[in-house]
Amino acid sequence: MEFFKLRRDIPFMRHALAFNAVSFITFLAAIFFLFSKGLHLSVEFTGGTLVEVHFAQSVDLDDLRARINTLGYRDVQVQNFGSTQDVLIRMPIIKGVSSGEQSTQVMDKLKEADANAVLRRSEFVGPQVGDELTIDGLKALACVVVGIMIYLAIRFEWKYAVAGIVANLHDVVIILGFFAAFQWEFSLPVLAAVLAVLGYSVNESVVIFDRIRENFKRLRKLETVSIIDNAITSTMSRTIITHGCTQLMVLSMLLFGGETLHYFALALTIGILFGIYSSVFVAAALAMWLGIKREDLIKTNAKGGDIDPNDPNSGAVV
Amino acid sequence: MNRYPLWKYIVILVALLVGSLYTLPNFFGESPAVQISASKSIFTVDAAVQASVQEALNKAGLTPASSSLEVGHSLKVGFERTEDQLRAKELIQKTINSDLDNPSFIVALNLIPRSPTWLSNLHAYPMYLGLDLRGGVHFMLQVDMAAALTKRADSLAGDIRSQLREKNIRHSGITRDGQAIDIAFRDKETLDLAAALIKDQFAELQTVAVPQNGELKLHATLLAQAAKKIQEQALKQNITTLHNRINELGVSEPVIQQQGIDRIVVQLPGVQDTAKAKDILGRTATLEVRLVDESAEARSAELSNGLVPFGSERFNDRGGVAVVVKKQVLLTGENLTDAQPGFDNQTQEAAVHLTLDAKGARIFRDVTRENVGKRMAILLFEKGKGEVVTAPVIRSEIGGGRVQISGHMNTVEANDTALLLRAGSLAAPMEIIEERTIGPSLGAENIAKGFDSVTWGFVAVAAFMCIYYMLFGVFSSVALAINLLLLVAILSMLQATLTLPGMAAMALVLGMAIDANVLINERVREELRNGAPPQTAINNGYERAWSTILDSNVTTLIAGLALLAFGSGPVRGFAVVHCLGIMTSMFSAVFFSRGLVNLWYGHVQRLQKVSIGTVWRPSNSQASSSTDLK
Repeated sequence: MEFFKLRRDIPFMRHALAFNAVSFITFLAAIFFLFSKGLHLSVEFTGGTLVEVHFAQSVDLDDLRARINTLGYRDVQVQNFGSTQDVLIRMPIIKGVSSGEQSTQVMDKLKEADANAVLRRSEFVGPQVGDELTIDGLKALACVVVGIMIYLAIRFEWKYAVAGIVANLHDVVIILGFFAAFQWEFSLPVLAAVLAVLGYSVNESVVIFDRIRENFKRLRKLETVSIIDNAITSTMSRTIITHGCTQLMVLSMLLFGGETLHYFALALTIGILFGIYSSVFVAAALAMWLGIKREDLIKTNAKGGDIDPNDPNSGAVV
Repeated sequence: MNRYPLWKYIVILVALLVGSLYTLPNFFGESPAVQISASKSIFTVDAAVQASVQEALNKAGLTPASSSLEVGHSLKVGFERTEDQLRAKELIQKTINSDLDNPSFIVALNLIPRSPTWLSNLHAYPMYLGLDLRGGVHFMLQVDMAAALTKRADSLAGDIRSQLREKNIRHSGITRDGQAIDIAFRDKETLDLAAALIKDQFAELQTVAVPQNGELKLHATLLAQAAKKIQEQALKQNITTLHNRINELGVSEPVIQQQGIDRIVVQLPGVQDTAKAKDILGRTATLEVRLVDESAEARSAELSNGLVPFGSERFNDRGGVAVVVKKQVLLTGENLTDAQPGFDNQTQEAAVHLTLDAKGARIFRDVTRENVGKRMAILLFEKGKGEVVTAPVIRSEIGGGRVQISGHMNTVEANDTALLLRAGSLAAPMEIIEERTIGPSLGAENIAKGFDSVTWGFVAVAAFMCIYYMLFGVFSSVALAINLLLLVAILSMLQATLTLPGMAAMALVLGMAIDANVLINERVREELRNGAPPQTAINNGYERAWSTILDSNVTTLIAGLALLAFGSGPVRGFAVVHCLGIMTSMFSAVFFSRGLVNLWYGHVQRLQKVSIGTVWRPSNSQASSSTDLK
């Protein structure tokens, strides 16, 4: 089997402006949703109490809400979780009431509605933990960005590092934008997924940059634009198949992983799809705008002529 | 050119063997068990306990599936069914504990790996399941360090007051200001005298003289070093206290760990009753010092359960012997600043050294002076129930606040007593800042969900690879399976805690690991397309894909390490599996799959065709259109 029977290079870079416009618009939309709606952060970040209860039969949420409201808590959210028999209750932090009292009181109320209600899980997070998680998350993000930029700058050149990281950071913003737009719950596993995707889709750019360098050496007469087109075309098969395989795994998590892994898998799906787009089209186009040149990468070999097979920087070909 | 030297095959074989061996225990599952451990260090779990448990079970017609004894630690008796386990627990409870209110042994429900003993002997255990997979309670407690320091400053202020009085140094007021102590004086000479005294007697403090509104003031603060030591001790003491209290819950494998400088994580697998757990964690025990009632009636009451004289109460000591003590409380735990096990200076007998604060020392001196030859009892009250920790005879007047209890004690008992005296109270108040309960059914569901995700994802990827790349796809799929095997083996070896995000990371890492094989296979195809002979194509395919594989793994690893460094809780579990998976994928996808290919094709002379799916050639036989451009 062979999916990709490409006779000639696809002139991607001719449409570079269009590609960048598309990603710029999505990026702006993501920013818009992030600011207008904001992220729906999980209890881990905001602090508060969360109780998941399983009932023997389906229950009426309005009835439960009314019962819980008699306790006098404000801003209580009651929603179904997976099935009509499972209910998730969220409560903000209340001063003066300990977490234990809160979940016990709620359970007592729910048992009035249905004596067979079973507490499946409860979570309480104090306010100090949430702030810390946000700071730690940002630190981790900064670390990944700096680490990858340094790596790309050493392996290639600063222009590639900038192009690669900008392209992939815009992925991160777009994932966050989706979570804001649809008000999906942003939890710790989702944060992990976002960072994992960042590392994963950067290697996509690495493969293309590798090929660009290779082409600069091999195809000395070509212009930069044709070199980039050729690099993207010849790595396309690998790109699609690899991402397809990863997506198969993620799809399996989406189908079988249940509620807990749902948003994790969703974040990965968006990350993988936009990762292909941004690292192939955006990163390469950005590198082109930044003005990558043959001389940037092949200084030592400028006189040598042929490719030195022992050159550690000779890069890989896919 | 596509042949491995023998040693490479040996490396592969050894890796497979070790990998399978350590993965194996995970397949046996766990069986319900009853775990017996001593509640106090004076009791030990030994062969005698094992024999009596065995006998009792035999009598009731229960046959344990296994029984493993770790002398001095615990006895675990495994059963086939949960009903047997529950029946056995009650039975064992009654057999080995004479007094159920004051048990000598803790009998708890547990799960033990069903794997055969020869595997356990190799230290091959199943992966440790996190709370989200087995159910239980998780607490994170924040220790209020400022309160610990304030408490210490308070007691130092009291000590300084009594020292100054003893030395006849006149001050005009001692006040505690936050964690510092201010002492006011009328003239410079007394201030200097006091400063010298503090420097001499209180190594923890540093002093500065500050003139204020015509008054001379000595400002004493805790040294940074001393403050650090106080905080460390406070944390340690709180952990010890928690340990003691949790023992009572009968939890089989509690985890009580320090996290950061001022936090404690408590995990209680299998516990569902958060309210009770929290009640026990937050309970305050109180310590009281009282005099033993030495009257004749009281003595007879001690011996024969008779009537206790008015104004006295009967308590039992830890051995169950009754002691009648007066109701009047002389001192409480607040006056006790420290209790340490040690040895008597002269007799070298085991002893417990107590340190009292200034107020406590003064009372203690007065009481001991008036009651030489009589007994004094130290009682510990928990859950409203009192227990005599120790009741030593007063030999002489004891001043200075340093008390030694010795005689009829071995080192273990001295340790125990000191621990109990200290554990009476928490060194600093704690607050629960995070709490998680996961029901047991949810845990089992999470395991099934994680397992399904990994299995079906794997099947889908393997099926695709086999169809698209034919035999090379089969090699890739086998390599992917080996990757999973090695990953599980390493996680089992490290006894890392597996959580649901960890299982997600496992699935994700498999999806990413296949990238390496796709890179290789695509490259081999490309070589073939360009007209290279099969053997050369295989060789070049592997060689040239390697640097790209390395590159892509480095970027993924950077992200993984950042998560490991800054992540906490679920993110950490994810990161550990993610990082380890990247490492194992390098071995399996490149080194191992090459071994398979070499084994299959390496020895074939004049290889004509490689089974790697369609190698499509453009009809004009030009591999790349770039050469079209002139």
